[in-house]
Amino acid sequence: MQERELIVALIPRLRRYARALVGDRTAADDLVQDTLERALAKLHLYRPGTDLRAWLLTVMHNVYVNQLRAARPLAPLEEESAELARPAREADALELRDLERALRRLPHEQREVLLLVALEELSYAETAQALGVPIGTVMSRLFRAREKLRAMLDGLPVASRLRVVK
Amino acid sequence: MRGDGHPDAELKALSAALHELYDPVLAEPVPERLQAAAKGPRTRPVARAAALLATGLAIGALAGWQLRGERAPVAPAPAFVRSAAIAHATYAPEVRHPVEVGADQETHLVNWLSRRLGAPVRAPKLEEVGYSLVGGRLLPGDSGPVAQFMYQCSAGTRVTLYVRADARESRETALRYRAEGDVRLFYWMDRQFGYALASADIGRDGLQTVAEAAHRQLSEP
Repeated sequence: MQERELIVALIPRLRRYARALVGDRTAADDLVQDTLERALAKLHLYRPGTDLRAWLLTVMHNVYVNQLRAARPLAPLEEESAELARPAREADALELRDLERALRRLPHEQREVLLLVALEELSYAETAQALGVPIGTVMSRLFRAREKLRAMLDGLPVASRLRVVK
Repeated sequence: MRGDGHPDAELKALSAALHELYDPVLAEPVPERLQAAAKGPRTRPVARAAALLATGLAIGALAGWQLRGERAPVAPAPAFVRSAAIAHATYAPEVRHPVEVGADQETHLVNWLSRRLGAPVRAPKLEEVGYSLVGGRLLPGDSGPVAQFMYQCSAGTRVTLYVRADARESRETALRYRAEGDVRLFYWMDRQFGYALASADIGRDGLQTVAEAAHRQLSEP
């Protein structure tokens, strides 16, 4: 089946997004593996000719959210209370100058929107479809994500704020 | 950036930083378990295996292969292959007690099974094809105890490796395929061991990939 070959070719893109989404290398590849297996099981739902990569990112989003729910079944997924990272401490602004660490501290809903728009270069409409939310929600989450990043990385000159510290 | 509204300079800089941070992943070699996952088809769930296998065995026991409309196989599979299928259908669906000794005690598990089988047993490492060891157990066999190792992939699919030892035999065979009801198996002989790798979840091609990995490792001295 042609889709299978296209899916194999898209694995590196999926790995990149998963790595940005969950951070840990092994967990990211686990997420990709679960996504691939689910995608193959649901391949009959993919409409040939449409954007396969966007469809796979949708599958990955669903797998990711299910895993979050399974890990914390009683925690509401609303972003205001589901802060998986500790609240940022003002005194540790220097600690947060690393963009990667700042990303980890975003609520996952904001991180997903930010990565789909700014890393995967999806349009707002494609992002809305991938996450199953209205476009307005995409834009407000993106706004809040940028606001939070700005706050976490604040106090530093603009150039160094976004410099990648390895 | 895609043309949504007016992507400002800050968003462009943020995008550039994210690319700098994560684009190196694109150049990494793809782990084999992900390539396997993209190729392996999934079929019916293992939960049905026990019932269907019992039905198949009942028909086979009562009326022989003719009732199923099949010719008797030219070289019938060794008896342990059916036992391996039954053992798979029995234990693979277990949520709370899938194994007797877990992978966290792998050394103890292997020593125990080797002692009882009277031959050096080991659990092949199947991470390269996406499976990790859950553990193992001892089972009764036709000519002495047998070992069953259980593996699981991250999606929860399970395969079991049935190991039988018979000091009177020493053969080498290639991988052979057999379907017993809803359970698929690849089996082979290697020195005094008979191995059968079983699954009810993955298709023949996917199972062959795993069986080849197991065979490769176990055939090393």
